[in-house]
Amino acid sequence: MPESRSSSGTMNRRSFLRKSAYAATGMAAIAASLAPLRDYDDDISLDDFLRKHYKEIEPEEMEVMLAKITQEVEHEYGVRPHVRDLKPMAGVEFVTALNLTRCIGCRKCVHACVAENNQSRNPEIQYIRVLEMPNGTFDVEQSSHDYDPETVPREGFYYMPVQCQQCRQPPCVKVCPVEATWQDADGITVIDYDWCIGCRYCEAACPYWARRFNFSKPSLSAEDINPDMAYLGNRPRPRGVVEKCHSCIQRTRAGRYPACLEACPTGARKFGNILDPNSEVSQILRDKRVFVLKEEHGTRPRFFYYFDV
Amino acid sequence: MRHFLTFLGRCTATAFSGSVRYKAWLALLAAITLVGLNAYARQLVHGLETTGLSDQISWGFYIANFTYLVGIAAAAVLVVIPVYVYRNKALRDLVVFGEAMAVAALLMCIAFVLVDLGRPDRFWHMIPFWGRVNFPTSILAWDVIVLLGYLVINLYLGAYIVYARYRGRRPRPAFYIPVVMVSIVWAISIHTVTAFLYMGLAGRPFWNTAILGPRFIASAFTAGPALIVITLLVIRRVANLVFGDDALLMLRSIIQVAIVVNLFLLMNELFAEFYSSSLHSNSATYLYFGLEGFSELVPRIWTALLFDFVALIIFVLPISKNLTWLTIACALSITGLWVEKGLGLVVPGFLPTPLGEMLVYTPSINEILVGVGIWAFGVMLYSMLVRVALAVIQGRLSDKIYPALPVEGTALAQA
Repeated sequence: MPESRSSSGTMNRRSFLRKSAYAATGMAAIAASLAPLRDYDDDISLDDFLRKHYKEIEPEEMEVMLAKITQEVEHEYGVRPHVRDLKPMAGVEFVTALNLTRCIGCRKCVHACVAENNQSRNPEIQYIRVLEMPNGTFDVEQSSHDYDPETVPREGFYYMPVQCQQCRQPPCVKVCPVEATWQDADGITVIDYDWCIGCRYCEAACPYWARRFNFSKPSLSAEDINPDMAYLGNRPRPRGVVEKCHSCIQRTRAGRYPACLEACPTGARKFGNILDPNSEVSQILRDKRVFVLKEEHGTRPRFFYYFDV
Repeated sequence: MRHFLTFLGRCTATAFSGSVRYKAWLALLAAITLVGLNAYARQLVHGLETTGLSDQISWGFYIANFTYLVGIAAAAVLVVIPVYVYRNKALRDLVVFGEAMAVAALLMCIAFVLVDLGRPDRFWHMIPFWGRVNFPTSILAWDVIVLLGYLVINLYLGAYIVYARYRGRRPRPAFYIPVVMVSIVWAISIHTVTAFLYMGLAGRPFWNTAILGPRFIASAFTAGPALIVITLLVIRRVANLVFGDDALLMLRSIIQVAIVVNLFLLMNELFAEFYSSSLHSNSATYLYFGLEGFSELVPRIWTALLFDFVALIIFVLPISKNLTWLTIACALSITGLWVEKGLGLVVPGFLPTPLGEMLVYTPSINEILVGVGIWAFGVMLYSMLVRVALAVIQGRLSDKIYPALPVEGTALAQA
């Protein structure tokens, strides 16, 4: 071991050259292995890196953020969006009621949702999954997800759309390690897309398979963009974060109905304020035989199903 | 302090120097690590679409390896307990190798979690006092805390003992015995918390069972010491470290208990799943027998169970006092448990999905390369830690002797 024998401190020239050569080879190998990074197209600025959690953003900072998002969307898609940070309204708790007698399984809600919420088109991310269930069972494992008949509804089946159930005790919120998702005062569970670390623990926790992950950068074209955007809602998402149904907060927090409800040709979907005893949903919950999915999990959904007959 | 920094500098230099064979070994591992890094760079650019994961099966190869390695890290404590609680002499000099394994395994765990993140740039959101940790509600937040804590504990213990030797002092019990006691409890906690990650999910009946925690511990206390036995045999052969077989036989008797307990717990689980045979057993049916034509895991899990069972037979028979048989049994249980507790645990938890879908998860080549890279990195790190520890323990490196003297009378010395 010639070089290490040459006692501490003094390194002879040959060994110095050799070590430099090793170091240079090592660096070159590391650089070569990192070569794919040349195609990295997300430039994450220091501001992005150090961005605060939604709940720590001051109002004036939020103004700056909204302006930045507007600029980014305009730059990327050539469409100038109207981005707002919509807060829950006081005295409002939203619930959905879905009439399984009326649902015909046409999936219009699925597509209206995609058009409304700026989801990635390729691969297409959908928040609503409609199950075709054979009559006589309530076992989702017997359902078909990719049913594709000429016309719906098919004889002998009923149809059950499933999306985020806006639980009162949401397992997804409980497991999130960084509080990137939480339940707002109006009962809608939202996600801070700029805080989510993409660990997908919420996807594992959700008993309704309601959450979706952006495995790649969402692909959207200019004509796909819905310019009416909310910060915690349908603004375009970055790669590597989780998203899900947020009951169209860009609409519902501004006094409108969710897109899935408006698209439904049979009026199977009802949406409203459960705190208002005169609302349609309050009436349904009082008068109809209503149930929730997987009640035994104790998630206490704000999404109710009922049969009309 | 200056002494300690010199010590660290000398350790680093020692870790990188050595015989041609040692350097070739490091170079090989470094090359594999770089292949993994290259695959990870590709994943960073394209996102997790480079993996075989989906919204339905959202955890896979990475989290499976993470889970397995937490068990390996926890098992280091099985070298610590006999020495410090039962004053076992045979293992005393070998404690540091257990701690080195814990350190290497933990760093691999952290790497496996980081590569699984969709936004690794936001890792700091998980760090206490810096990010916004959902503590105590999220078990993942707990896991981050206990894993980082265990890393610090083992780094401290390993470094303290080696440093004391290096300075030619006896380690002062007040400086390490309390930490040792903490580390024993802590080791159990890291694996229990990792089991809680899964157990706490009501929507995943396959994981939502109280037996998972005990099974994690029992399987870790089988595979962990088995891995330590094999590494000790390798170290004894290549580095001329002198220690008696009683150290290995001590570990063997630990494994004897753990492997029987593990199989017993597994039988309990299988009974509960298949005798009741509710819809909640469908994940287990998928794993062991296939479901709706999906049966990718069936051959793997039965092979794993066969390995576990053969290992059990060998371990309980006196033939495992023979080192060849002991090695075979260890290798069988390491592999068997890697399948059982890796993909055999993670994937069936997701299938059928909560909405009743079935589909296939196959790790992509890129995903496997990233994983192999992390393993190579861990083995490289462990080799370097062992090299330094050996040099100090064998009296070849101290504050008086530097650079480290070559190993006498072995292949290493000729280089």
